[in-house]
Amino acid sequence: MGILKLVGKRLVLSVFVLFGLSILIFLISRVLPGDPVRMALGPRAPEWAVQNMREQMHLDKPLYAQYYYWLSGALRGDLGQSLFTRRAVVDDIKEFLPATMELVLFAGVIMAVFGILLGAVAGRYSNTWVDNSVRIFSYVGVVTPSFVFAILFLLLFGYVLRWFPTAGRLSPGITRPQVITGMVTLDALVTGNFAALGDALWHMVLPAVSLALGGMAQEARITRSTISDNLRKDYIAAAKGFGIPERFVTLKYLLKPSLIPTVSILGLDFASLLGNAFLVELIFNWPGFSRYGINAMLRKDLNAVSAVVMVLGVVFVIVNILVDLVVAGLDPRIRLGAERGK
Amino acid sequence: MAFWRRPGFQRRWDTFKRGWYKFSKNPVSVVGLFFVVAVSFLAVFAPFVAPYPEHAGRFVNFSEASQPPSLQHPFGTDVFGRDILSRVFFGFRYSLMMGVVVLVLVVPPGVVLGLVAGYWRGTWIDMVIMRVTDVFLAVPPLILALAVCSVLTPSVFNAMMAVSLMWWPWYARLVYGLASSLRNEFFVQAAEVAGASRPHILFREILPNCVSSIFTKMSLDMGWVILIGSALSFVGLGAQPPTPDLGTMVADGAKYLPDQWWIAIFPALAIMITVLGFNLIGDGFRDLFALEEV
Repeated sequence: MGILKLVGKRLVLSVFVLFGLSILIFLISRVLPGDPVRMALGPRAPEWAVQNMREQMHLDKPLYAQYYYWLSGALRGDLGQSLFTRRAVVDDIKEFLPATMELVLFAGVIMAVFGILLGAVAGRYSNTWVDNSVRIFSYVGVVTPSFVFAILFLLLFGYVLRWFPTAGRLSPGITRPQVITGMVTLDALVTGNFAALGDALWHMVLPAVSLALGGMAQEARITRSTISDNLRKDYIAAAKGFGIPERFVTLKYLLKPSLIPTVSILGLDFASLLGNAFLVELIFNWPGFSRYGINAMLRKDLNAVSAVVMVLGVVFVIVNILVDLVVAGLDPRIRLGAERGK
Repeated sequence: MAFWRRPGFQRRWDTFKRGWYKFSKNPVSVVGLFFVVAVSFLAVFAPFVAPYPEHAGRFVNFSEASQPPSLQHPFGTDVFGRDILSRVFFGFRYSLMMGVVVLVLVVPPGVVLGLVAGYWRGTWIDMVIMRVTDVFLAVPPLILALAVCSVLTPSVFNAMMAVSLMWWPWYARLVYGLASSLRNEFFVQAAEVAGASRPHILFREILPNCVSSIFTKMSLDMGWVILIGSALSFVGLGAQPPTPDLGTMVADGAKYLPDQWWIAIFPALAIMITVLGFNLIGDGFRDLFALEEV
């Protein structure tokens, strides 16, 4: 029951956070200099058209009333109309979000798996050449902006070596599999279209790796330091002294508890993946949610901007609850603490 | 008595010397310090050390446009014929200014809010402050900064304001954690029993014990803020051309890849060197103060 209680508590908190976020983003998008309607319709639109649209968007009402309309719409799944595409923002998001989630999830898996692997190896063989190379890699990874990685990879592997495609999600000759989830790889897998699956994965390598490297470096760094600390602890010596096989000690007694700090910051790193996707999608011309968001921001498309931020907030909150669950699974103290109602 | 003969100053000076000795024994932090000093020097004296200071702003010389790196132009020239090396030196100015301004604006309010919330942990004050903090931390800072920038006119100044608005919660959260455990220490209780005022307890008893963590986070954050600033300029929501901002220069140069690689690559390397310097110093501090939570 402990876990359920933990999740329940986090869910209640999350509702508050999202409510606060909605106020914040609403304030950012409404209390601004400039007239969004004028900008959407252009300087030569007649005054009556501007007035009409303003009334339609409730922009003539006081701020709290505007917020009420906006929030009650959002709760019904109506985030307003994009001022530019003139489509419901929700439809735009439905179209673009899967592409980004696909990319970010792929990048997240690369980040977690390789980050932990590198960190574990470096920590296990600390102060050897392996450790030093991982350390140098971590520094480079942490200090390089993801858009610089993206540009470098595009240049080297896309244009010079021509190993990977440079833009988009699929090659021109490949027909897109039937849309089920919107994630091309998943759709291809479900429909058994393996040509499309391979091609989609091929397109994803460069953007996903350029996204993942920064977080990967951080994961590696943290895993390394906890592993090399825990390696010196008495309980490891005791386990070895009991004659438990080396591999078993490493995996069960060393790796598992050492992953707690790593997993705790996975949530933060996942957030930075979502943030950096804004830049990487732009560079690889990835038709995703982040590119949509950036374009909305550049055009001051208020409804779209607030929707984009809210959706990211929801995704981030969900990821953090998942991370808490994994940490609770790894760390008996949290599980038991939750049971004691701590 | 001259101030340097006073015992208080002597004691601090000795602590500083010991700290510096330990810091300088760590080659990694010394390399970091070297990068930071070099970048700061180039930034401050950019008009004097840059080979073509007039190329920093609006300048056009198409006869020398898009030249690859040479002795005359070590980093090559951009499509307007401007020397990239000179522009990178001036770019350091904007990056450092971004970091310094944001931290100066962000650290005091963040620290005070964290102290107050941590000291009054469990009361409504804690509740209000920390829930507001959670809201700001619920979205990647880059995205909120982008959103704020998007409603303002893009400029260096507005980018700084946007990042500042998004950055204080990190300090609030850090100091909150420290303060809420320090308030149970005996020296704080002793001060309370002795009837010390609340400001005294917050700023003279608790704050000095948080300084090493705050300081370490600041030096790491200089790097992060510079990264975010360059990302804002990269998408066009920060500094505008012809400002020699490193992020803007990377964005401009990216259009001419892969043939004229030098236009984007050298400014990108400049960002990396700057961020690396602050990161290495931050790591040095972390080892020096034996911190874990920053």
